[in-house]
Amino acid sequence: MGSSNITATHKKTGVLESNPLVKAIGSQRVIAVLALIVLFGFFCIASPAFRQYSTFISIFDASYYIGFMAIGITFVIATGGIDLSIGTVLMCSSLISGSLAIKSGVPMAACMIIGILIGTFFGLCNGLMVSVMNLPPFIATLGTMMITRGFGSIYTRAQSITWPQASTSTGWFRKIFKITLGDGMMIPTGFILLLVVAIIMSVVLNKTKIGRYILSLGSNKEATRLSGVNVVKWETVAYVLSGTFTGLAGISYAAIYSTMLPATGNGFELDAIAGVVIGGTSMSGGNGTIAGTLIGVFIMSVLKTGLPFVGLQSHWQMFITGIVLIIAVFADVASKKRM
Amino acid sequence: MSEVILTMKGIDKAFPGVYALKGVDLEVRKGEVHALMGENGAGKSTLMKVLTGIYAKDGGMIAFEGSEVEYQNPAQSQEAGISIVHQELNMMQHLTVAQNIFIGREFMNGFIINDNKMNKEAKKLFHKLNIDIKPSQMMGNLTVGKQQMCEIVKAISKEAKVIIFDEPTAALTEKEIEELFKIIRDLRSQGLGIVYISHRMDEIKVITDRVSVMRDGEYVGTVITKETTKEDIINMMVGRVIYEAPKEKSNVAADAPVVLRVENLNAGPMVRNISFELHKGEILGFSGLMGAGRTETARTLFGVDQKSSGEVYVNGKKIDIKSPQDAVAHGIGYLSEDRKRFGLVLDKTVAENTVLASLDDYMSGIFIDGVKEKRAAQEYVDKLKTKTPSVEQKVVNLSGGNQQKIVIAKWLVRNCDILIFDEPTRGIDVGAKSEIYQLINELAAEGKSIIMISSELTEILRMSDRIMVMCEGRKTGELSIEEASQESIMHAATARE
Repeated sequence: MGSSNITATHKKTGVLESNPLVKAIGSQRVIAVLALIVLFGFFCIASPAFRQYSTFISIFDASYYIGFMAIGITFVIATGGIDLSIGTVLMCSSLISGSLAIKSGVPMAACMIIGILIGTFFGLCNGLMVSVMNLPPFIATLGTMMITRGFGSIYTRAQSITWPQASTSTGWFRKIFKITLGDGMMIPTGFILLLVVAIIMSVVLNKTKIGRYILSLGSNKEATRLSGVNVVKWETVAYVLSGTFTGLAGISYAAIYSTMLPATGNGFELDAIAGVVIGGTSMSGGNGTIAGTLIGVFIMSVLKTGLPFVGLQSHWQMFITGIVLIIAVFADVASKKRM
Repeated sequence: MSEVILTMKGIDKAFPGVYALKGVDLEVRKGEVHALMGENGAGKSTLMKVLTGIYAKDGGMIAFEGSEVEYQNPAQSQEAGISIVHQELNMMQHLTVAQNIFIGREFMNGFIINDNKMNKEAKKLFHKLNIDIKPSQMMGNLTVGKQQMCEIVKAISKEAKVIIFDEPTAALTEKEIEELFKIIRDLRSQGLGIVYISHRMDEIKVITDRVSVMRDGEYVGTVITKETTKEDIINMMVGRVIYEAPKEKSNVAADAPVVLRVENLNAGPMVRNISFELHKGEILGFSGLMGAGRTETARTLFGVDQKSSGEVYVNGKKIDIKSPQDAVAHGIGYLSEDRKRFGLVLDKTVAENTVLASLDDYMSGIFIDGVKEKRAAQEYVDKLKTKTPSVEQKVVNLSGGNQQKIVIAKWLVRNCDILIFDEPTRGIDVGAKSEIYQLINELAAEGKSIIMISSELTEILRMSDRIMVMCEGRKTGELSIEEASQESIMHAATARE
């Protein structure tokens, strides 16, 4: 028997994992779901004000941009790579496309497509740097992060951009993410979009060649290459997906929060990465699920929305997210280690 | 003789500074098993990489099925019908068996991968070859031997016309090898051309029809297996005769003290009630089939896996080993069967690897003493006759045998008196193998006590003073070298419950 089965022997048992349901979805994801429920329950009990329809809408609102980014970057992390540029790419694409809409009068639909394409473009650049030029993903995307952070400000001359309001003729795009009815009621259409996208991308990750080859090269790149798979292409695809979804995230951010500052987006990438990791995707590549990512994202947005209700300002969000992140990953490591 | 399917003629390949191949010829016929032999570094793997398009050749000609070809990448050669079973395990641990087998050519329903069909097709393949592996299992949960079987099934499933086996038996037990040979004979009778790369002489005699030999990147010659002796082939490979007879009697003095005593050791299903003693200067062979629990026993002893019960005594004193650090502190060194994963830091130099386990002794203040480090490394390079241009060479550039010597040096520097060798000659060529044997014998003669885990019966019989046999996690036999034979070992190794 090989010593190369360290993983095999360690995967065998563990209290949690003896449950077939847990086995099917993985212990870390169970922990993530429990964490989500506990957090949500805690806020409901601790603050009556939290138990309101508008709060739930806020939770949804806060989940879209992180959600789309996290879905995209799940593919990159599954290759064993990382994309640090998505936060600033979000800002850059949203600033440029927003400024086209407001200052140059480009039709809104075209601006949205341009925004997504800008994200895709930077994703492609990242992908080519990593797969063709063989730059370490950390360095390549760090470079792109700095370039886009600078470029967004240069393009708008360090001005902020406020996207058209819902009431204006070009404000219809906001309805994609939220429909506001007369009496303060809102329909979180963005959640439906996020869910549909998540389901589609889950199928893409698990059931199509894109996902299969991305997971495969994340597991063992050389073996995948020797199997006749074009690893350069598929690794690039992962970064392109990350970029494209970041472009989409930019639009969702604009639709919810209206104003893009040249400083917006800093640190968003870390929120997205934390969501992915809390959701059970390993940073070393080879595995990953979109469902887990989505749970991770909602943990973040419940925290972000809930903390002010218990008297803690939003900077506490980082602090507590850090703790949740470490506990979630540690619980997974510990449950796998138990013999 | 049947028709020629593959011809390679005058193949040249140079890497910066070195000639890897010089005018190498190879001819494979339909329905033959053609052995390709040579020491490590002789150029066999390079030749196969040129054939399958991983490397571009600098000169020469390749003809497949009568027409000249030049493949740009492995996908093209696979498409044409040339498959390779790689020496190193090349599997994606996170994918299932079926997903691994069909990687790069998935069954599709439009855009959607049809995993059901892949599982079914894989099941058929396994069924046909009489292999008991579930296609929907995660690759990472299989043993090395089973993974190797999957690799073979993957190659076969490509409807190949030529299959290259690059040391396919390195990880297999005798029984699995028999199964493999059955498969190979089957393929041969279907008219496939088979290139068989191996270091194991016995296998070459059993399974191959012709043998081509390479030495130092050059073609030496091709002979018909039946008309040749083992010695002839070895002579072609290394130019000297190597002695391979079993040991006749134990070299351990009757009153040699017990340095390691293990009592009723338990750790999971693979280590059940294991008790044994190891004497000073003794080589204790651990024999058994793959999955018998030998490696697990060693890993438990070394503190990698935790024991659930049992006692371990070193020099009569009861010790508690909770981690590899504890084991090393008590003078136990473990040389993993998987050198590249667990034994060495490949990107680092000979010197850095040599002192890795004993860095505390090579510090001056908070800095590593580079001079002292290199001096120690050089001492062991000389002592173990390691072939390396300098101690500043990266280990990755050394051959398997020399890498193994670096691992040995690492534990010797650490002053370990009990050395556990797990498959010490796996993937090492004939010449280097006998050097490793000699080295292990010298270590024992110096008073080191050695546990040698080996799946090769000839190796066990040649090296051991005493033999412990395991089966399914239990100790099923203990034989002195005088009473041991291939039959008696196999009898104990298959004593299932």
